[in-house]
Amino acid sequence: MQITINNKMHQVDVPDDMPILWALRDVLGMTGTKFGCGKSLCGACTVMLDGNPIRSCVTPVKAAENKKITTIESVSEQPAGRAIQAAWQEINVPQCGYCQSGQIVSATALLNSNSKPSDEDIDNAMSGNICRCGTYTRIRDAIKQAADNLEAGHEG
Amino acid sequence: MKDNIVNISRRGFVKGFGLTGLVLAVGLPGLSAKEETPKYGRDAMPNGWVDDPLVFVSIAEDGTVTIVAHRAEMGQGVRTSLPMVVADEMEADWEQVKVVQAPGDEEKYGNQNTDGSRSVRHFFMPMRNVGSAARMMLETAAAAMMAVPVKEVKALNHEVVHQPSGRKMGYGELAQAAAKLDVPERSSLQFKSAEDFRYIGKNGSKNVDGQAIATGQTEYGMDIQLDDMVYAVVAHPPAYGDTLKSYDDSETLKVPGVLKTLTLPSSPPPAVFNPLGGVVVVAENTWAAMEGRKKLKIEWEKGPNSDYDSKAFREKMAESASQKGGKVLRELGNAYQTLENAESTISAGYYIPHLAQAPMEPPVATAHFQGDACELWASTQNPQAGVDTVAKWLELKPEQVKVNVTLLGGGFGRKSKPDYLIEAALTSKAMDGRPVKLVWTREDDIQHSYYHTVSFEHLEAAFDENGKTSAWLHRTVAPSISSTFDASSVNQMPIEIGMGVVNVPFAIPNIQLENPAAKNHTRIGWFRSVSNLPHAFAVQSFVAEMAHQQQRDHKDLLLELIGDDREIDPRTLQDDWNYGQSPEVYPINTGRLRRVVELVTDKASWGKSLPSGKGQGLAAHYSFVSYVAAVVEVEVSDDGEVTIPQVDIAIDCGPQVNPERIRSQLEGACVMGISFAMLGEISFKDGVAEQDNFDGYQVTRMDGAPAKINIHFVPADDYNQPLGGVGEPGMPPIAPALCNAIFNATQKRIRNLPIRYQLEA
Repeated sequence: MQITINNKMHQVDVPDDMPILWALRDVLGMTGTKFGCGKSLCGACTVMLDGNPIRSCVTPVKAAENKKITTIESVSEQPAGRAIQAAWQEINVPQCGYCQSGQIVSATALLNSNSKPSDEDIDNAMSGNICRCGTYTRIRDAIKQAADNLEAGHEG
Repeated sequence: MKDNIVNISRRGFVKGFGLTGLVLAVGLPGLSAKEETPKYGRDAMPNGWVDDPLVFVSIAEDGTVTIVAHRAEMGQGVRTSLPMVVADEMEADWEQVKVVQAPGDEEKYGNQNTDGSRSVRHFFMPMRNVGSAARMMLETAAAAMMAVPVKEVKALNHEVVHQPSGRKMGYGELAQAAAKLDVPERSSLQFKSAEDFRYIGKNGSKNVDGQAIATGQTEYGMDIQLDDMVYAVVAHPPAYGDTLKSYDDSETLKVPGVLKTLTLPSSPPPAVFNPLGGVVVVAENTWAAMEGRKKLKIEWEKGPNSDYDSKAFREKMAESASQKGGKVLRELGNAYQTLENAESTISAGYYIPHLAQAPMEPPVATAHFQGDACELWASTQNPQAGVDTVAKWLELKPEQVKVNVTLLGGGFGRKSKPDYLIEAALTSKAMDGRPVKLVWTREDDIQHSYYHTVSFEHLEAAFDENGKTSAWLHRTVAPSISSTFDASSVNQMPIEIGMGVVNVPFAIPNIQLENPAAKNHTRIGWFRSVSNLPHAFAVQSFVAEMAHQQQRDHKDLLLELIGDDREIDPRTLQDDWNYGQSPEVYPINTGRLRRVVELVTDKASWGKSLPSGKGQGLAAHYSFVSYVAAVVEVEVSDDGEVTIPQVDIAIDCGPQVNPERIRSQLEGACVMGISFAMLGEISFKDGVAEQDNFDGYQVTRMDGAPAKINIHFVPADDYNQPLGGVGEPGMPPIAPALCNAIFNATQKRIRNLPIRYQLEA
């Protein structure tokens, strides 16, 4: 099967029902996308499928055929992704960092669809992503900072 | 169960009997045996500490300074904080510093067991020594190469400057010559003064892993990839103590990618650090292993805990807690008599269920067995325990086992147990030396943790005719962590009663503290701030209840109980542990506890007028030799939904080494505290945990987090003063402050956690 990941075509020889997560991590060696729950409950595995955030731990590879997967490794190719990554570092959002790939992909997708999210918008878009270290207040601040920076015409 | 507040005007006769506590005969890993001269702090830790610059620092000719981080990074920032201390003291430019992680080797690096909020507290001084020695060696080398007296040169930001001439040499140029010099004697070391610090106490140094995290380039235990590696998951026995009877893997072996199944031996309780046993499924990828595991047909032999029912156990604990007796922990005056004769009394019981640490990265280890050696890559807080236990299970010598420490995707106490490293090593051996990544799924993590204990705390207080508190009774009932090491243990250890039972420094004339027995029925372990959670929840909720009953302001009563400023020798409170620190250097200081209460109430505008449905709650707690107070503000809607507009937290942890990470640790502790108070529960039925993922075992998400968390420091800029812990002490005051706020908003008192649906109309 052929799948496009981060604008690059990959040939993968895996069962159709293998979740995208494991094709990325164990077959293609792209470990930026994380395993947290396996049941679409924690968001650590979030990637974009044609620009929409999805949980790769429950989405079969087959569903990605003829579509574009974007992972943490290439969100920097999007202006919103760069702004989010810059704000994450400036505000020192991460603690252990394990959930942050998923947080950053979700936050980038949010800014792509909503350039000026309110607190409520942020809560709604981000509540599928668990952070056990409890970085939520900084994530909110960083999303707002990234949005402000993008509006001001720079990325961080 | 007796969880209602009772005004007892005349005490009924107390029935029941006291259970004699068993003496814990076994020492715990991490606790040193009794010695002639007591050792404290870093000196008392296994393998102590090392401050040799040749172990921790190397300088390349291009000037890159490489500093070894020997403690495990799990989000607390230690890979930044301790190397930053070295860099500052040696006048290295942080932009030119690279941090490398040490493998488990305590003989070389000193103690590496990263728990107990100890890393900076124990290693600030040794790391200053390292930096100072390195700087002095660079200065000596520069003076020799410039042929000038050493007193005329000074290290300044990655260069040594000859001050009279202005001539400079970079650290890269000096590296080789400096490395050949003798390391200066410890007694000759000169230290920078605090006003010259570039990084210590400042907010400027970037997290060394920040950029890699933001771009997905970090390597956690879960991310290890080796050539020819296979993947494994384990079907663990459902209840603690169950064993494998038989299994059928015929369907498993049909799953594409599954290579093999194996069995792991079960160890009878006590658990210690032993693997639980079960069936391993080995496959070409993690998913195939997980799918293969689903197809196993396993028959388990039921063990001694297969009837564990946590609901029934709660009733049993509540009953023990309501009856006089148990091991007496501390007795002052005559609390029973005072309670009996008092003008007014109050009593209440508080319950916290089992909790799972649930780090976002479940336990995971990769092992490569090579006949006479085994190398592991693991997400572990305690790599030396990994070396020692893997060596034992593989019948190798410790020097034949190497444990590389990856970044940890959270730890919170779970990853200080190396059971999953042993599983990986045994599997690699059984696979004839193929490297094996052994992954715990979330289900494994939540169903087979070393859980936070379950607890019932019973409190009573008496007031005299002037409304002064005249007696205090606290009975604490909870299976002990010691049961994980000694199956017969039923009483809390010094480290547990020293977490907020005996060392509550209240100025009350009659005190009775008791610990009735409680047996464990699952593996009990460390969870961030450990026994402080139930003890602080009970004590700090109860003080608010006392204030309400006496129609006093909570803060005023709390300060009255804390009493005059004084330094208390913890031993006089029957606290022989004191977080491992010297009672002389670290007395319990009631003035510091008072100050955090005053600071946080001032910053949060305690007592401000709030509309109906809103309330503030206060709590303060001493733990890990730091002092923390919190004010939580809540809003509770008519249908019982709780939102948290603001939390203020004040900490006195002595001098602050990395203030930015202290803030982040307190913010995180606040969210984790809210999480277990609002939602956290592991319950058991027929010995099996009833939750197995984040649907059943819920944790706080973005929409449940406070809108604002404000951190306030008690200023402390004398870096020769003793340091306090940071990673854990933020947790204990949160749950009681939250429940006290809910009471002030709704008049509903929460005594049983989690809060969950209790506020629904």
